[in-house]
Amino acid sequence: MAVNAPQATRSNEILKFLTKAWSWLFLILVLLFFELWSRFDGNTRVNTFIFNIASVQSVLLYATQYLMMALGLTIVIISAGIDLSVGFTSGLASVTAAVIIKNLTGTLPDYLSFGLAVIGGILMAMLFGYFNGLMVAKLKVPSFIGTLGTSGVARGVAFLIAGGSTVAIKNTVAREFGNGDLLGLPIPVVIAAMLTLVFHYLLSSTKFGLYVYAMGGNFNSAVRAGVNTTRLTISLYVLSAFTAAIFGLFYMGRFSGGKPDAGDPVLLNAVAAVFIGGASLTGGSGTVMGTVIGALILAIIQFGLVFIQLPPFWQFIAVGLVIILAVLIDQFRDRLIRGGGSGEGR
Amino acid sequence: MSEPLLAVRQVDKRFGGTHASRTVSFDLYPGEVLALAGDNGAGKSTLIKMISGVYTPDSGDVFYQGKNITGRNPQDVRDLGIETIYQDLALADNLDVGVNLFLGREKMKKVLGFLPVLDRKLMREEAKKALKNLGIIVNDLDIPVRYLSGGQRQAIAISRAVYWNAKVLIMDEPTAALGVPEQREVKELIHRLKAQGVGIIFISHNLVDIFDVSDRILVLERGRVAGERLISETNDDEVVKLMMGAA
Ligand SMILES: Nc1ncnc2c1ncn2[C@@H]1O[C@H](COP(=O)(O)OP(=O)(O)O)[C@@H](O)[C@H]1O
Ligand SMILES: [Mg+2]
Repeated sequence: MAVNAPQATRSNEILKFLTKAWSWLFLILVLLFFELWSRFDGNTRVNTFIFNIASVQSVLLYATQYLMMALGLTIVIISAGIDLSVGFTSGLASVTAAVIIKNLTGTLPDYLSFGLAVIGGILMAMLFGYFNGLMVAKLKVPSFIGTLGTSGVARGVAFLIAGGSTVAIKNTVAREFGNGDLLGLPIPVVIAAMLTLVFHYLLSSTKFGLYVYAMGGNFNSAVRAGVNTTRLTISLYVLSAFTAAIFGLFYMGRFSGGKPDAGDPVLLNAVAAVFIGGASLTGGSGTVMGTVIGALILAIIQFGLVFIQLPPFWQFIAVGLVIILAVLIDQFRDRLIRGGGSGEGR
Repeated sequence: MSEPLLAVRQVDKRFGGTHASRTVSFDLYPGEVLALAGDNGAGKSTLIKMISGVYTPDSGDVFYQGKNITGRNPQDVRDLGIETIYQDLALADNLDVGVNLFLGREKMKKVLGFLPVLDRKLMREEAKKALKNLGIIVNDLDIPVRYLSGGQRQAIAISRAVYWNAKVLIMDEPTAALGVPEQREVKELIHRLKAQGVGIIFISHNLVDIFDVSDRILVLERGRVAGERLISETNDDEVVKLMMGAA
């Protein structure tokens, strides 16, 4: 049992707290960094980063992109899998929806063709998600490889459907969906916030969420509990494709067009957001709120570097370093709890 | 004696050319600890898996409280009150004690009058009570069970079984991965369960453990019953000879 001197225990407690709350602290630190920079550097157009609506909106829009792709990824990663196909299933969804709108423009009113496009785009992505789930759950294909394969297929199908490039559309409802405001916030941000709450509830408070954690922690524990692990696994990849499809639809609305590789550049940041948020590669840990913080940190870095007018290549360096930091802290946290806990571990 | 809790009759199982179980029969009574001994590959795991529903015997029957349960699936068998604890314990290492005790049979509550959510607090409190009933003290109920000691984890797996009213408890090498003090704790736990009328099948390689906790011993050798003895009427030498097929 704990025989540490009181002082050692206290510094240990502080360390434990820091490793748990580091992403919050890091969020505050990056905010402070850009705030101070814009105050003391005369080059920025406005001399405050935090207290102006334009940059808050931009940061939220960036974060929404990462988050839409990362929400579904979070549950897949907690289950000890990964979904690398979301980059292109999201692009495929945007292209599918755009083609539907294009073909219906003039025949149906804008809101109807948009509605059908949303359904079509989501179903197309979910079909790929279902296939991912089948591969992982039934054929026991490692998710890393299986979803990489699906990613290739989705990419090809998306380019084929799009005829090789971007599919431009003219649809007022889609444009409003991607660019309009609701209660002073961009509509995508509002929708993403609502989906985030739903996913948070699912993961933290329902049997479904509990089984995802159990399966990620020890697959046999879920089997023993009578969980239909095949069905559960398939549903996770379908959900992952679903949130990716929402990203694709936001993209289509915002830029009035579908693009096969719309989501590809976002994939790395989405994966990073999940790991910064406390998930671990071995599965069993991670939270929706952690992923939200991860997405916010990345969005602040991304937009902040533009804001203070540093060359954009700094983004890659900064994001890469943050990912490495997240993994290091994850390992350190585990060692700390093991060392200070009440047993010798496994 | 009273009715047997479990009656295994002439169960037989082949895997291709391997005859893993040859017409094995035995009884298990309430409050009795039956040790299952035998060399590696003797057929111990195969035998208990035919009871727990993982394998269906090629021929022969398993009766539980007089009812034929041959060929039922593992979930059914467990719901009937026959619980098997395998060596990996099937604990969700990343979740706390309360949730582990209730996994698959969670307690829910409603917030705001309509939204069902997991009642983690209730599960934790129930877990604390269940552990206390068995004389197990775990201080940190809200940390993932992977941070607990091997003995505590074993105890959690056992109390999970009996919390849901297991009447037959099958344990595959429960003390193999434990240090000496923890082995003693698990053996004490077995004594307490026995006093509560649970019938226990205990697989072990360790003759000291077997002689400490068991009432009877069934020795298997290449799939067949090499001998069955009351612990009070046998000794190490005889058991070892039976295991080697030399008696
Ligand atoms: N699923 C299986 N497929 C093929 N052979 C098996 C299988 N399970 C057990 N066996 C064989 O059956 C025999 C008994 O194995 P087992 O019941 O695991 O023995 P024990 O648990 O006593 O070590 C061994 O020869 C083993 O190789
Ligand atoms: Mg065995």
